[in-house]
Amino acid sequence: MTNVLAIAQKELKSYFASPIAYIIIGFFALVFGYFYFVSITFFMQASLQMGMPGAGQININTMAIRPLLQNVSVVALFVLPLITMRTYAEEKRTGTIELLLTSPLTDAQIVLGKFFGALALYTLMLAVTWIHIGLLFIYGNPEWKPIVTGYLGLLLMGASFLSIGLLISSLTKNQIVAGMVTFAVLLLLWTLNWMSESSGPTTQKILSALSITERFDDFSKGVIAVSHLVYYLSFITFGLFLTAKSVDSERWRG
Amino acid sequence: MIEVQHLTKRYGRITAVDDLTFRVERGEILGFLGPNGAGKTTTMRILTGYMPATEGKAVVAGFDVFEQPIEAKRRTGYLPETPPLYPEMTVREYLQFVARIKTRGMSASERRTRVEDSMRRTRVDDMANRHCGKLSKGYRQRVGLAQAILHNPEVLILDEPTAGLDPKQIIETRQLIKELAGTHTIVLSTHILPEVSQTCDRVVIINKGRVVAVDSPANLTARLRGSETMYLEVDAAGQDATPALRAVPGVLGVTVAGAHDGVVAYEVSSESGRDVRRELARTVVSNSWGLLELRPSRMSLEEIFLSLTTEEKEEKVEEKTEETA
Repeated sequence: MTNVLAIAQKELKSYFASPIAYIIIGFFALVFGYFYFVSITFFMQASLQMGMPGAGQININTMAIRPLLQNVSVVALFVLPLITMRTYAEEKRTGTIELLLTSPLTDAQIVLGKFFGALALYTLMLAVTWIHIGLLFIYGNPEWKPIVTGYLGLLLMGASFLSIGLLISSLTKNQIVAGMVTFAVLLLLWTLNWMSESSGPTTQKILSALSITERFDDFSKGVIAVSHLVYYLSFITFGLFLTAKSVDSERWRG
Repeated sequence: MIEVQHLTKRYGRITAVDDLTFRVERGEILGFLGPNGAGKTTTMRILTGYMPATEGKAVVAGFDVFEQPIEAKRRTGYLPETPPLYPEMTVREYLQFVARIKTRGMSASERRTRVEDSMRRTRVDDMANRHCGKLSKGYRQRVGLAQAILHNPEVLILDEPTAGLDPKQIIETRQLIKELAGTHTIVLSTHILPEVSQTCDRVVIINKGRVVAVDSPANLTARLRGSETMYLEVDAAGQDATPALRAVPGVLGVTVAGAHDGVVAYEVSSESGRDVRRELARTVVSNSWGLLELRPSRMSLEEIFLSLTTEEKEEKVEEKTEETA
């Protein structure tokens, strides 16, 4: 466990040693700020039209916060490949992977260390948005439960994306390749939703069951379904397992 | 301390290491000598658990590197060909990270003293707060070495530890390696020959993944001297000294090795075990020639290495011609 922690800390430090962490967090804060502004403005107009703010059908959770978190899930899709692309690819290119693989560490410890390092950066990125949400609590009266489940959903969905990113990064020495392929795969998973809408009833069921992003919608509504939890956790476990196997198979191939 | 048996590594159809067998005793420095692409790095990577072998067995510090890799790695320090440094970390941060992943159940203060200690031993303490990416080649190599000795391993595996260093740094590194030898068992690879004779107790010469010879540098030199050869410089005042030298009992052959300003250099080969220096000197002096130099001409390790590896090649050529015949 201390080994996992040591690697996770090293990973997190190296994100902040390069401009990557600042660019990711800065870009994310900017985009989130824009979406925040747009949805709050929309909400204010809507409530003005209703005549009485906060009364009747108007609800800040369903009208502003939920679409906001759904937007975050799309932004994460663009940003997360940037977090994972260097994890393995860079270590393989510079040869530092040789240090990790000849140290008394198991493959699982290395993979978990890298995963938690990336997850920590993603969490920090999400933490920036707590400022905006906090303002809503100061000036308004939103319900906190769907917000918590929404963030839980974002965390689980992001972790699934990260496990895919790690796997792809472990397959190449080139971080640009790792980033682009990860982005393409995530985009494909995201568009499974659209495809399921336009296909027949059976295919629709299969596709929406496979979709990562569709499950997030329930979380943003305040629903924690066991099936969704199981789906995300097994997705992450499987991704990390494949990453460990990919590193191991590289040893055999030499 | 290290035992390697019938180790074979194939990459697809290419055989990088072919049926390698050798052992290293405790406290010994073993030199791994071979041209580039001989399989040195592959062998070292197998010993350090970086990659598994296709066939065979390797035991390091009493632990099989395939069966109990974690235990074996705990007792092994490894300096790869390119030192595995993280450019964004300072030397101290880097070594502290390595200390965390390589040691178990050690207190933070104990780790700190380990880090300071290994920095002092490898003389990198003056760069402790410099980023690894900004170090010179010599310092990178030494930080790599500091990383390898950090957890005080029983076995040290060093892949070309002096490559890319300037002469002063090479001497310092060799000294450090010799200092470490008493308490550690060391395997180092090199293609620089004098290094082997200066630092190693035993040499394994490998070529194309096969062991060509295993012996001490001194014995290797002796083994190749089937017949003794003397190097002789004579000022014979224009005369040819060859017949007179050939007449000396025990001499098998005389060849002229060079001539300048009336001084002729001869290579005199004699029966092995028979010292003909006295007779040679007497012959020269009794002819009232000038004897300028007389010494046994030893083959340098370099020549041994060349002859061993080229012999191997010739054998292979013969095998091939036999096959085609």
